[in-house]
Amino acid sequence: MSDMIFNVEHVTLRFGGVISLNDVSLHQDRGEILAVIGPNGAGKTSLFNSLTGVYQPQEGTITFVGKNGKPLSIIGRKAYRMANAGVARTFQASRMFSAMTTFENVKIGAESHRGIGVVGAMLRGPATRRDEKHSDARTIELLKFVGLTEKANAISASLSYGDRRRLEIARGLATDPQVLLLDEPAAGTNPSEKQALVKLIRRVRDEMGVTILLIEHDMKLVMALAERIYVLNFGSVIAEGSPDEVRANPVVVEAYLGTSTEEAESK
Amino acid sequence: MGAFGHYLAAHLDTLKSEFWALFVGGVANGLLYGMIAVGYTLVYGVLRLINFAHSEIFMSGGFAGYFVLRYFVGSGAPPAGMSSVGLIILGVLVGGLVGAIVATVLERVAYRPLRRRNAPKLAYLISAIGASYFLFNLAGKEFGHLAYSTPQPYINHPVFHIFGAPVQMYFVIIFLVGLVMFASLDRIISKTRLGRGIRAVAQDAETASLMGVNIDRTIAITFIVGGTLGGAAGFLFGLNFGVVYTMGFVPALKAFTAAVLGGIGNLRGAMIGGLILGIFESLSLVFVQAAYIDVVAFGILVTVLLVRPTGILGERLGRAA
Amino acid sequence: MRVWLTKAIVRRLLITQSIVAVIELMTGPAGSNSQPVYGFSHSFGESSSFFGLFRTQRWVTFFFVGLICWGVASFWISQGSRVRKSVHDALAFPRAATQKRPVRWGAMAVLLGFAIILPHVETAPFWQAAMVEQIAVYVLLAIGLNVVVGFAGLLDLGYVAFYAIGAYTTAWVTGALPTPALFHHALNPFFAIPVAIAIVMIAGIILGAPTLRLRGDYLAIVTLGFGEIITIFANNLYGITGGSLGSNQIPHPSIHLGPIKYIWGLAPVPYYYLALGFVVLFIIIFSLLERSRVGRAWTAIREDEVAAESVGINPLKYKVMAFAIGAASAGFAGVLTASQLIFIFPASFTLQFSINILVLVILGGMGSIAGVVFGAILIQTVTEFLFHSPPSGYQPQDLYIYLGALLVAMMIFRPSGLIPSKRRQREIRLSEAEHEGHLDEVLTGDDT
Repeated sequence: MSDMIFNVEHVTLRFGGVISLNDVSLHQDRGEILAVIGPNGAGKTSLFNSLTGVYQPQEGTITFVGKNGKPLSIIGRKAYRMANAGVARTFQASRMFSAMTTFENVKIGAESHRGIGVVGAMLRGPATRRDEKHSDARTIELLKFVGLTEKANAISASLSYGDRRRLEIARGLATDPQVLLLDEPAAGTNPSEKQALVKLIRRVRDEMGVTILLIEHDMKLVMALAERIYVLNFGSVIAEGSPDEVRANPVVVEAYLGTSTEEAESK
Repeated sequence: MGAFGHYLAAHLDTLKSEFWALFVGGVANGLLYGMIAVGYTLVYGVLRLINFAHSEIFMSGGFAGYFVLRYFVGSGAPPAGMSSVGLIILGVLVGGLVGAIVATVLERVAYRPLRRRNAPKLAYLISAIGASYFLFNLAGKEFGHLAYSTPQPYINHPVFHIFGAPVQMYFVIIFLVGLVMFASLDRIISKTRLGRGIRAVAQDAETASLMGVNIDRTIAITFIVGGTLGGAAGFLFGLNFGVVYTMGFVPALKAFTAAVLGGIGNLRGAMIGGLILGIFESLSLVFVQAAYIDVVAFGILVTVLLVRPTGILGERLGRAA
Repeated sequence: MRVWLTKAIVRRLLITQSIVAVIELMTGPAGSNSQPVYGFSHSFGESSSFFGLFRTQRWVTFFFVGLICWGVASFWISQGSRVRKSVHDALAFPRAATQKRPVRWGAMAVLLGFAIILPHVETAPFWQAAMVEQIAVYVLLAIGLNVVVGFAGLLDLGYVAFYAIGAYTTAWVTGALPTPALFHHALNPFFAIPVAIAIVMIAGIILGAPTLRLRGDYLAIVTLGFGEIITIFANNLYGITGGSLGSNQIPHPSIHLGPIKYIWGLAPVPYYYLALGFVVLFIIIFSLLERSRVGRAWTAIREDEVAAESVGINPLKYKVMAFAIGAASAGFAGVLTASQLIFIFPASFTLQFSINILVLVILGGMGSIAGVVFGAILIQTVTEFLFHSPPSGYQPQDLYIYLGALLVAMMIFRPSGLIPSKRRQREIRLSEAEHEGHLDEVLTGDDT
């Protein structure tokens, strides 16, 4: 248990009268590839936004253990502070800085989590130059890692869906995260892009040592990638286990897979 | 502490003795703010956009009403009885009509080309500010830069008293016109086909368009309705305060405050917000100099925006209207 | 003739004639309180020269102008894209040349040289004064507002407040206000420069920290109100600001530093050089900042605030920073104005002023420093020409009508300005194209 990275305990999130997350408890170990699945509106994205500081749940606790091993309470922290603490994310409908080049997108990730000196930035002192050099090198390295080197100077709005995912992953990694949260990474990608994405995500964990938490609709991708799965339905956790256990769980089959496996598989 | 206590006690005494007079004035101002605020709220509801040039719709209604009275009353003695009533109705109608025309032109020229192109929000704001700037300065050129005092179409005597506070004819007129306007507006929005169209576009423009609502027409009508109320309010305002090319700025800023206070996009909220602001502002005259009254209103605006940006009744036009 | 064609042509005729009618009103004689209809009737009915050929009523002349515009518009709509393309192709070489570094540096050196010798070329007192009071000051304000509107994408309609604070701080520091001087004894305005810049930046932080959390349109209206509030306070706090009369005893600046001794007096030219020095300084600082990580963070927030937060950028912090930094040049402009004119009063710091500066930024091109400097010089020079030798019927206040119309026209026809910032232009086009689904066109075509 000492190697836990996320610990969510009894979290409830409400919007007006609507309960979005109902007494959710889950945890993730460092280095694990964990997936959260569930039908539309089950509260997956709400959970994500609670983990990244975008939403503030009314009840419960969420603890994140950062690099230094110190547990950090997430609730009440703003999104940018979570990013600085080591939680990186991608978005369901990719959000890039669309008028910037691929390179600039990643570079912003690489430089933003370090402290700023306005005066230094204005005067371009030696420290600033060193910083810039470091960010540039890191950006080049990450673009190579995700395979976007050739598109470094392309305007990011011109990238294909698959490339946008890569860009978002590279930008997230540029912030030196402990954990990378992927919100439906396979949405809008074609089968070959999907396969490449599975490989890439695995490499992120294996080579960069970054823990992966993903939300996904696409069962193929989840089953191929996840080591452990939580199933959400109507804002509550209804099952937890390895992919095989979840697949065999009658509750899950009834609530979720029973109605939509074929649909999900056929995509 | 003692000095402050003394200050407070003295002012509370004034408040007690002046309360009803200030209250009546506050309600009248509040109704005017509410009438202007309706324009902000409706346009915000369908376009998600603050119509910065709404102040100039108010101003043009004021001038239109002024010219009606200048023509019919001129420098003669104020008429009484039914001719007063007729003049007020005519002024409200002409003010409202001119307000509606200006609003329509504004939508056509400053907003529609941008909407066609799906321009960024900043472009709308800048275009609106440009239009406002253009309109009031053009009015200044055409009508001169000094204020006009409006010929009185009635004799402004106290009609009755509330707890000893006299209620002037001017206030009675505003109450009546305001109530009629709000009541009919509320009915139009909640009961008619037109109102359903507006609410549908406010909730979800894309779906409304799929359901056969003509978006362009609905937006145009929204501007017409808001413009009518704004123009009529301009006429009523001008009756008491006179008209001048810059007359729109401060009342419109306050009306915007009222719209935010009630929950922007929310029609009843605009009326309630107007009343609350009007009364609060009027009562605060006891505590601050008249010169700072705008600062009070502005303080309310900033406070509401920071503390409860959804206002008292919440945003959405579709839900609460 | 097919029916749709005639319909479109008639429609276009009506539109051009309405625009011309509005221009007729804008340029016609003014009305007044005693004759409120005079402006309307004489704008159309007054006798004027028909292109120097004969005299006729204004509306006849303008009707013909409208017909010409109609012809041009029809031609442009049918052939415009071809013309645009050939112009674009013809400009390919100069455009490529301006991208080259040595060319850019060379051009800047030439422009700076020109700015330095300008007061010796143009020696008319009117223009020498205008160069400082109407051009240099406005350039300073425009490049400052550009940081806020152009770089950070925040619409600040109360920017004049910072200019006012700069000017009043000068009066305060030099002991020219009814209230005791800031440092107990009166300082020379030269030392007011750092003090005013610091105070204005602090004011930017104080104003920005609460309000910059607001959405863009709310921010605009709150800053609009704030600009107005500053005037109310300046007008009414007699004991502190001198009320509506302001202050009229601000000394001219001077330096006494060992062997260096210089006194700025009444002549405008020394102020011009002082201003020019600071313009160059601010341009260098702001353009370095734009290309630093601070500038990139501003761009990121402007393009997608949620994504920016997800990589660890604190939007509020950077927005406040933009407010404070943008205010700095307005603060200096305030010192310059106050110490040169030696008097200040609240009526000089109105809403009109804030909008005026906004027009300079929009015309030149939001986010483009070269653009806003050009926009400021262009508009202010034209303004001064109109002031110096007004055409018949023109009053100085008419300027604001033109500026308002210009804002609307820019937003309709060229939202990214005359010399656009490439990135800003791309952002605007991307946002528009997303809607219409011709993304590729935007990404490949790079015409200006």
